[in-house]
Amino acid sequence: MTLPTDLGRRDLFMKIGIFLNGIVGVVLAVPVVRYLLSPVAHERKGSYDSWVSLGDLGQFPSGQTRLATYRNPTVSPTDGDTADIACWVRNVDGQNFQVFAINCAHLGCPVRWFPQSSLFMCPCHGGVYYQDGARASGPPERGLFEYHYKVENGNLLIKSGEMPTPGQASNIVREIRPCV
Amino acid sequence: MRLIKIIGEWLDARLQVGATITETAEHRIPRQTASWFYVFGSAAFVVFMLQIVTGILLAFIYVPSAGEAWNSLQTLNHQVSLGWFIRALHGWGSDFMVAIVLIHMVQVFLFGAYKYPRELTWIVGIFLLIVTLGMAFTGQVLRFDQDAYWGLGIGASIASRVPVMGPSIVNLMLGGPIIAGATLSRFFALHVFIVPGLLIALVSVHLLMVIKLGINEWPMPGRLVRKATYIKEYHELVKKDGIRFFPDGMGKDLLFDGFILLSIAACAIYFGPFGPSGPPNPTIIQTVPRPDFFFLWLYAVLSFLPPSMETPALLIGPVVAIIWLLVMPFVFGEGEKSWRRRPVAVLTILLVAVALATFTRLALHTPWSPIMDAWSGIPIPSDFLHNRTALERQGALVFQVKQCHNCHSLDDQGGKRGPALDAVAVRLTQDQLIRQVIQGGGNMPAYGKNLSPAETTALVAFLESLHPAGQAPARDAARAIALAPDAAAPASGHP
Repeated sequence: MTLPTDLGRRDLFMKIGIFLNGIVGVVLAVPVVRYLLSPVAHERKGSYDSWVSLGDLGQFPSGQTRLATYRNPTVSPTDGDTADIACWVRNVDGQNFQVFAINCAHLGCPVRWFPQSSLFMCPCHGGVYYQDGARASGPPERGLFEYHYKVENGNLLIKSGEMPTPGQASNIVREIRPCV
Repeated sequence: MRLIKIIGEWLDARLQVGATITETAEHRIPRQTASWFYVFGSAAFVVFMLQIVTGILLAFIYVPSAGEAWNSLQTLNHQVSLGWFIRALHGWGSDFMVAIVLIHMVQVFLFGAYKYPRELTWIVGIFLLIVTLGMAFTGQVLRFDQDAYWGLGIGASIASRVPVMGPSIVNLMLGGPIIAGATLSRFFALHVFIVPGLLIALVSVHLLMVIKLGINEWPMPGRLVRKATYIKEYHELVKKDGIRFFPDGMGKDLLFDGFILLSIAACAIYFGPFGPSGPPNPTIIQTVPRPDFFFLWLYAVLSFLPPSMETPALLIGPVVAIIWLLVMPFVFGEGEKSWRRRPVAVLTILLVAVALATFTRLALHTPWSPIMDAWSGIPIPSDFLHNRTALERQGALVFQVKQCHNCHSLDDQGGKRGPALDAVAVRLTQDQLIRQVIQGGGNMPAYGKNLSPAETTALVAFLESLHPAGQAPARDAARAIALAPDAAAPASGHP
């Protein structure tokens, strides 16, 4: 019952306590961090993109640009209408297609197609694109985003699933240089 | 009364906070600080309380699910008793909050209150400003209508421009690949749990320091702040000319706070709640998204920045501004406090205020956006068709059908994206008109592929007729000579 032994034991409890809580903290932190970073990890592991059908080729007559909508392949039950995505399908000449994302390449607002002047116009900041998606005027630094497409059994399919943004170039077919 | 006294004493014997509360409430402030200029901090606090209360009330009905949020807002607006009023209070409260916080910041800045020893109060205040704007942004997302949906897309597009980490930041922000249920859920968690928690913590620290260090004394020109002597001088001032905050010095705060709450209520009753606008269905593309009032200036800036400058301006500008604001109290920690002796401070505030006001005003009517239905909804004024030839009228038809009217106005009707064309024939010669229409230039696209030669001829004929009555259209001086037949060649020495 000497004082130093008492303090020595309490001291030991303190050290073990801190050590144990440190380990518990790390053990708990790992799943919490993984939980927080799961949207990024999912993207890294296997991309969000997959092939989606836009429907029969007959809907897209040659020489015209038409609006198509599809349900995003990555969908959760509470998404409601937000998982319905629109895109512009241009049938160039009956054989070749271009499928443009609805998002303007400037800041993502939905662009509108005008067949009379063959221009896409964006309502937000005045970006304009030509019918092949090339930048015509306004703030966008590049042309419209394009999806990879393929034709299977008379249906038009696109590889999509992730919203295109200026920094995310994973789903563009080719960079369309602005006309100078 | 005696019962209340007994209960009060019973509580205080156990809580033991009575003395602290009394001492804090009755702490002495320099007499001159009981001024109308000093009311904005408490006004911000009171509006914060209003937002918390109305926010909790809204959370009773609002459903933070992408599929149901819009419907729950309709329920609030139309089915719940005075639901529209609570929504309106919360919406107008947010506008007032940002305005009051900015005015408070300007007042603190012009009165030199960020100087020694209140540097940390200022720094916490800057973080409070950032967090308040965070509440504003996450709050407008929660409305989850078309403006919110596409506004989120704009936020994601800005975030994606961060080098290397951009796409990961976007995925984190959206909670997945697209704007969907996961996005709304995390913005709800941000707006209701994380950011208010930060706000409460930061406000507590901010207020603690205001009380501990004392409210900034009224700045006098010539009375300089010196670290060695300031605290002593301040205490002497309070001792010599101090009044108790409660009940003598808080009258103007009370009055102004009540007035602000009344104003918010009046705006709520008169103007009603904000939307929601259309349902957040991405396939509805006939939409013109707009941010809430406090971000309209950014909307204008993003339209006017040259494209190549945009990413650096967006990513570097705010960082530099915030770092400068945080560092400022250390660079200018001593010296003159009064704005009368600080011309650079006053000019800076004026510049920022004028810039913000100009950009906000511009964004209220968005001259840079094409008016998408001008070509079909706004006819050409009859003055411009009167006394025209058939070719010119055909040109007017081309003008409409090819959506020229979307970007160009005639008689002030139509788009403002391009210049008004009322007098274009006076500015451009016929050749220049043909070139401009076919090749475009500046912010105008080239129409050459979409106009047949006949259409171009007709269109230019119409444009050539657009000049004031007494004025002749512009002419290329050499044109007559260039087009004249060879008989006009000079007599001497031409083969």
